[in-house]
Amino acid sequence: MSFFDIYKKYEDFDVQNFLNTVDPQTIQKALNASNVSAFQFLSLLSIKAEPLLEQMATRAHALTLQYFGKAIQLYTPMYVSNFCDNECIYCGFNRTNKIQRKKLSFDEVDAEVQFISKTGLKHVLLLTGGSRTYSPVNYVKECVKILQKYFSSVSLEIYALEVDEYKELIDAGVDGLTIYQEVYDKETYGQVHRSGPKADYLFRLDAPERALAVKMRTVNIGVLLGLSDWQREVFLLGLHAQYLQDKFFDSEISISLPRLRPAEGNFQPICIVTDKNVVQMILALRIFLPRLGITISTRESSEFRENVLPLGVTRMSAGSTTQVGGHTAIADENNKISQFEISDKRNVSEIIEFLHQKGYQPVLKDWMAI
Amino acid sequence: MNDILEIADQNLESRLFIGTGKFPSKKIIKDVLEVSNASVVTVALRRVDQDSDDENILDYIPKDCLLMPNTSGARNAEEAVRIAHLAKASGCGNWIKIEVISDNKYLLPDNFETIKATEILSKEGFMVLPYMSPDLMAAKRLVDVGAKAVMPLGAPIGSNRGLKTKELVRIIVSEINVPVVVDAGIGSPAQAAECMELGCDAVLVNTAVAIAENPVSMARAFKLAVEAGRLAYLSGLGFSVSEASASSPLTGFLREEEK
Repeated sequence: MSFFDIYKKYEDFDVQNFLNTVDPQTIQKALNASNVSAFQFLSLLSIKAEPLLEQMATRAHALTLQYFGKAIQLYTPMYVSNFCDNECIYCGFNRTNKIQRKKLSFDEVDAEVQFISKTGLKHVLLLTGGSRTYSPVNYVKECVKILQKYFSSVSLEIYALEVDEYKELIDAGVDGLTIYQEVYDKETYGQVHRSGPKADYLFRLDAPERALAVKMRTVNIGVLLGLSDWQREVFLLGLHAQYLQDKFFDSEISISLPRLRPAEGNFQPICIVTDKNVVQMILALRIFLPRLGITISTRESSEFRENVLPLGVTRMSAGSTTQVGGHTAIADENNKISQFEISDKRNVSEIIEFLHQKGYQPVLKDWMAI
Repeated sequence: MNDILEIADQNLESRLFIGTGKFPSKKIIKDVLEVSNASVVTVALRRVDQDSDDENILDYIPKDCLLMPNTSGARNAEEAVRIAHLAKASGCGNWIKIEVISDNKYLLPDNFETIKATEILSKEGFMVLPYMSPDLMAAKRLVDVGAKAVMPLGAPIGSNRGLKTKELVRIIVSEINVPVVVDAGIGSPAQAAECMELGCDAVLVNTAVAIAENPVSMARAFKLAVEAGRLAYLSGLGFSVSEASASSPLTGFLREEEK
C-alpha cells in the first residue's frame, strides 16, 4: 500500500462542496474532539471555521505546549548546486531559466560549512537542484561527510531517490529528509512539472515512504501553497502526514507550508493564500495531529513568523540563503541566483534573541550521530 | 527526620527528580533546580551541546544535583546503548535513564528493548534507571538484569493526566525491591503527592513545571507536595471506607453470648 491509495479514495471527493455545506456544530465538535477524524480535520479548514479561529488557536497553543513545550528547533539551509534537469514552472532553478549555474567544489563546501558552523547551529539542511548528472548521490555523500564534521544533524532536500540510495546516505550520516510533493492534485502536478524526472508524480509521492522504510529518522513533507485550492491540498497533506505517522511510528514526521515567493521566471501564483489562511491551516493541522512537527521557513516575514510562533510551530530556519554558496557568497556578486527570494533576512543571533524575547528556548542541537 | 533515598551508590535527600525538556530558557532550568532542591536532573543527551559557550545545558545544573543523562531518541536497545556510551564519553557520569520509544504518537516506552539495554549497560557498570510501562513482569526482569530503580509512567509523557496507572504502580511498589520513581504524566503537585502517599520512592516531573506560567514557583509547589506526600506515607495513612459503620451486623451475636 502507498499513500496513493488514500489519495485515490478522495480524488473525486468534492472538497469545496463539503466546506460550503458543513454546519458550525460539526466544526465546534471537531475543535474539541480528542481524536479528530479526517472529515473533522477538513471542516476546520472551512471558511465557516474562520469565526472560531481564536478558539482554534487556544486549543492549538495548548496542544503545542503539551507536546513540544516552549522550545523551537533551528536549522539553516545550505545550497550546494543549482543545476537541474526539471522544468518546474514556479522554480528559479528551472532548467530552461537562463541563470548562472554553479556547483560547489568540496573545498567550497568546507568553507561554507565552516562559516555556518560559527553561528552555533548544529542542524543543517543540504539542498541541490534536481540533477542526477551534476549532483549525483556520490557527490551528495561526499558533501554529507564534510557537513558531519561540523554539524550534529544533517538533513537532505534533493531529488527523489531509490530505497537503496536513501539507505546509502543514511549510512553516511543523514538523519533527516525534506521532500515536498509541491501539489497533491495530480492534474495540476502534471501541468506545473513540465518535464524532467520530477514529472513522475508517483515516484515523488512515494519518496518519503522509501526513506522511512530504511529508518530515516525525520521526514518533512509539504505543499507549495499557491498552485492549487489550498484547502484540498492541506487536507491531503494532513492525511499524508497521518498515514506516515501511523505506518512508520518510530520516525518523526513534520510538515512545511511554503507559500510561493517571487523567483526567476516570474511565475505568478495560481491562487492566493492569505496570512489568515496560513494561520487556519497551522491550527487545523495541530488539532488534527498534535505530535506533528510544523516548520516555518524564512519564506515568511519576520513579523508573520513572530505572530504564528505560539500557534503550533516547532521548527524554524534561520540565517537562510537560497543561493548556492550563499553563506560565504562564493557565488559571483553580479550573478547571484536564488531559488526564490527569502523574506525574513535576520541572522542566526537575531533569531535567537527574538526567540528569547518571546519566551521560547532556541534549540540548536536536538540530535547527533549515534 | 532522616529520610534518605538510596539509589545505587547515591544517598539522595530530595525525592523530586526534574526533567529539562520544553523549558522557555536554560536560565529558568537553573532556577527551577535550585528552588526545587531536586536531587536528580535528567537531560536528553541529544540536546547537550558541549561546543557551545552559552547554550550548553550542563553549565546550568547546580553542583549538588546529580546528572542523569537520558537516551531520548533511541528507537531500540542498540541505539540506547550507543547513546549511553556517548554520554559517558562526554563526561556525563555513569547514571543513565534508559528511554526507548518506538512509538512517536503516544511516546510509550518499549519494555522489551528497555530490558535488553538495561542488561547490557548494567553489565558495563552503568547505574541504570529505566523508564517503563508499569508491568510487573517487566519490572521484575529489569531488576534481575541490574536496574537500580524502575521508573513506571503515570500517564503518557507530557499529558499532565496524573497517576492513571495507579493500580499497576501500586503492585510494582509492593512487589519490587528497588526504588520506584513515577516518571511521566504527573501534571500537578496534588498528583505528585498522590504518588508519594502510595509509597513510591520519588517522582520525576518535567512538562508540568516547564510549561507553567511561572515554572520556578511551580517547582517549589512540587517540592512541597512531594515532601507532604512522603511524610503522609511515613506517618501511616488511615484507610478509607465508603460507609460509616459503628455496629457489627455480622458478628454482633458474639456479644449476646458474652452476657
